Amino acid sequence: MAKKIHVNGKLVTVSADDATPLLWVLREHLELTGTKFGCGIAQCGACTVHLDGQPVRSCVYPLSAITENQKITTIEGLSEDTNHPIQQAWAALDTPQCGYCQSGMIMACAALLDSNPNPSDDDINSTITNICRCGTFQRVREGIHLAAEIKAGKKVAKEMNSEQTETTNAVEFFDPNAASEQSSNALYTEVKA
Amino acid sequence: MSTHTIAVSRRRFLISTGAAGAGLSLGMMLPIGAHAAKSEKQPDEVNAWVVIHPDDTVVVRIARSEMGQGTLTGLVQMVAEELECNWDNVSWEYPTPGQSLERNRVWGNFSTGGSQGIRGSEKYVREGGAIARTLLVEAGANKLKDKPADCYAENGYVISKRSKKKVRFGEIASDAAQLVPPTEVTLKDPKDWKLIGKPIKRLDTQDKLNGKQVYGADLKLPGMLNASIKACPVFGGTVASFDESKVMKLPGVKSVVKVDDNAVAVIADTWWQAKTALDQLPIKWNEGPNANVSQADIEKSLTEGLTSDKDVFVGNENGDVNAGLKSAAKVVEATYHYPYQNHATMEPMNATAKWTKDRCEVWCPTQNGETALAAAADAAGLPQEQCDVYKIHLGGGFGRRASSHDYVRQSVLIAKAMPGTPIKLLWTREEDMQHGHYHPVTKARMVGGLNKEGYLDSLHMRISGQSIVAAIFPNFLKDGKDPFVFQGMMAEGDQAISYGIKNLLVDHAMRNPHVPPGFWRGVNANQNMVYMESFLDELAEAGSKDPLDFRRNLMKDHPKSLAVLEAVAKKSGWGQKSPKGIHRGLAVCNAFGSYVAACAEVSVDKSGAVVLERIVAATDPGHAVNPQQIEAQVSGSFVYGLSAMLYGECTVKDGHIEQSNFHDFPSLKIAQMPKVDTIVMPSGGFWGGVGEPTIAVAAPAVLNAIYAATGKRVRQLPLTKYSDVKIA
Ligand code: FES
Ligand code: FES
Repeated sequence: MAKKIHVNGKLVTVSADDATPLLWVLREHLELTGTKFGCGIAQCGACTVHLDGQPVRSCVYPLSAITENQKITTIEGLSEDTNHPIQQAWAALDTPQCGYCQSGMIMACAALLDSNPNPSDDDINSTITNICRCGTFQRVREGIHLAAEIKAGKKVAKEMNSEQTETTNAVEFFDPNAASEQSSNALYTEVKA
Repeated sequence: MSTHTIAVSRRRFLISTGAAGAGLSLGMMLPIGAHAAKSEKQPDEVNAWVVIHPDDTVVVRIARSEMGQGTLTGLVQMVAEELECNWDNVSWEYPTPGQSLERNRVWGNFSTGGSQGIRGSEKYVREGGAIARTLLVEAGANKLKDKPADCYAENGYVISKRSKKKVRFGEIASDAAQLVPPTEVTLKDPKDWKLIGKPIKRLDTQDKLNGKQVYGADLKLPGMLNASIKACPVFGGTVASFDESKVMKLPGVKSVVKVDDNAVAVIADTWWQAKTALDQLPIKWNEGPNANVSQADIEKSLTEGLTSDKDVFVGNENGDVNAGLKSAAKVVEATYHYPYQNHATMEPMNATAKWTKDRCEVWCPTQNGETALAAAADAAGLPQEQCDVYKIHLGGGFGRRASSHDYVRQSVLIAKAMPGTPIKLLWTREEDMQHGHYHPVTKARMVGGLNKEGYLDSLHMRISGQSIVAAIFPNFLKDGKDPFVFQGMMAEGDQAISYGIKNLLVDHAMRNPHVPPGFWRGVNANQNMVYMESFLDELAEAGSKDPLDFRRNLMKDHPKSLAVLEAVAKKSGWGQKSPKGIHRGLAVCNAFGSYVAACAEVSVDKSGAVVLERIVAATDPGHAVNPQQIEAQVSGSFVYGLSAMLYGECTVKDGHIEQSNFHDFPSLKIAQMPKVDTIVMPSGGFWGGVGEPTIAVAAPAVLNAIYAATGKRVRQLPLTKYSDVKIA
């Protein structure tokens, strides 16, 4: 039952039953636990990986369906230094909450951006169907748009490496310490320490 | 993978320095599977809350659990605020409940629920930081040959006011640790805060971007085996028999064990092997006394409660509601329904346990390390002193991992079958869906009486349905009454009604079906606000009043509630001509110590489907520790609340839950997500929660907007099942 598959740029040998879903091959045979189990029936997207650059839900993808020539990329192999534009945007916006869905979310969004460098909201709506029970969708959407700008060279990551988040357009913060009038419509970019 | 450290997240730049450095604090290097000497104070532990290493890195210890809600970062901000350290050098760790036990509960309560993470510990964590700072200033003064009163701490240094000489925290931490802590400290005036109130980035983001974050489901220990479990689908049923000979020869299978009297687990090399074998295992159940209970039975009992005098408890009463209704110019009546919901945390229940006859250790996601420890010790048959629980970041909590540690108990019972071998129990989604502790089911009969001017004079709200407290904390019942049922409708306190109503009666007919209930993010405010805020709009219409004007009329003595309501009305442009096709709905609520309001905006597309366009939400949490995290909680809570409102329902058939996975218990997707504009308006002077309150206003604000757009009043949830309103 030993079989060779191509994962994150390496050819590896796994000995697992042919019917074992790719998700469990990754998690239990290759110790790549970044890819998550959420439902097991292709509903939630937590297990999303790239197969030849296309997003697939690995929980319903049996080992038998994978050939040695196909290239599998998991969250661990998405980028060298957590610097895929999606990951940079996620860091800038502090997108994850519990984070459990985020490997799959990031892989789905990275695949979208790789095939569509400037996705519209409609593109996002029709492509990203991952479940996030913490509800990070607002920053996921902002993050995809930000990643598109990073990818296009319109924004650079360094600027975003600050202690405070970039999510400014959705919050009004009445900083009680900003003295004067409580009701000033201060966006919190303006109240940065 | 065998050298994980638990209980630690580090800043990126700390990884190299931290891992290489000597003299690390206990939690940081505690290898999984080892039991480190627990109670000794570490040399660089300034006090229980703060460890400072020679290289100036600061480790703050946090007892509450991080499950995505950002509490961890907020609490570290609060300790660091008083400590006056350099924020760039800060990391954190979890003490274990076992360590806490040995040190006389020095870290206080571990419970992370009820939006209590910040507000329930703000004082003692800030004091912890202030005490550590005081000790550092004294040690620094000694080193600088100056008086403590003439020195101060800033940005990781102790500085002499006179000589301007300074010394790094890292140089004096071990001296500070030897000094006698002050018994009293003065906390900073809020106007001097530098970290609290700032939209600082979370401390735990990086590892969630690249797959490095280890969740309970990912844990791997040396020699570990895996288990999959199936409990009797009918609550209260038991295992009659099973035939392990059918699966023992399957690949990887090590053992088949009965767990308590109601479940069977297969232990195997890999979890997939265990699950595959369990699927093939013939099991016979004794389904027990609930085998024939159906949803219709539950509905019938709740409907009876709507008008019954039996087992009725009064939650809030003033004036004379009967007289008020009798003399009302107009009486309006409506009945509302709210279904069972599963928490459906993204990460299914799991726990890893290792048991020997004199020690038991558990690694698990939990919202309350101490309750998990109690559950583990009970299942292990050992005193708590011989057990410990290592908390791992949660893949969602929402209340499911707060009070019921059924999964911890099971994992220990399974581990007992193979002493000395760590075994990871992971539930399937199906098991998780069918063995939850569900958002309780209730109905409400609302009767309101308007005066001649068309405003509300009298209201009777009769809640009928399930009590969480009766099932989980029966000791908290007061003469049989569950006070928490009245959340958001109470007479006073941090869950009080947002209105003053001349004649008011809110009462509860307790009807407890056999389905186990649990605290579900937002808890009873969820349904109570659907009932109250929807019905207020019905009353406003009956009185020919604008919904905002109608509410204002009741809020003269509720300035904080009125302020958040006015804030969303203003920002959304309520009362002005709305953009073409936009319809609005309002809701306001006081829960978990915060004042919140929402204005939802919807439109109707060409196909007649409703589009959720935007929700403007305002929160007054008193003090706002981290506004960008509050925004994340507000918009996240709307996903949870709207998922329930639109799709979420667990129904009962033959005693078991019918739904089994996300195909029949759907969750909101990004396509349906409205834009959320968050207003954070802290008025100071109190500490309110932020993880839960806004969830309660999402559904009623949207339902009111949908009524404005379609003329359809949805009184039974989920909307997509019980109404013909289509959602785009
Ligand atoms: S685990 Fe594969 S889609 Fe949910
Ligand atoms: S971040 Fe928790 S489920 Fe998405």
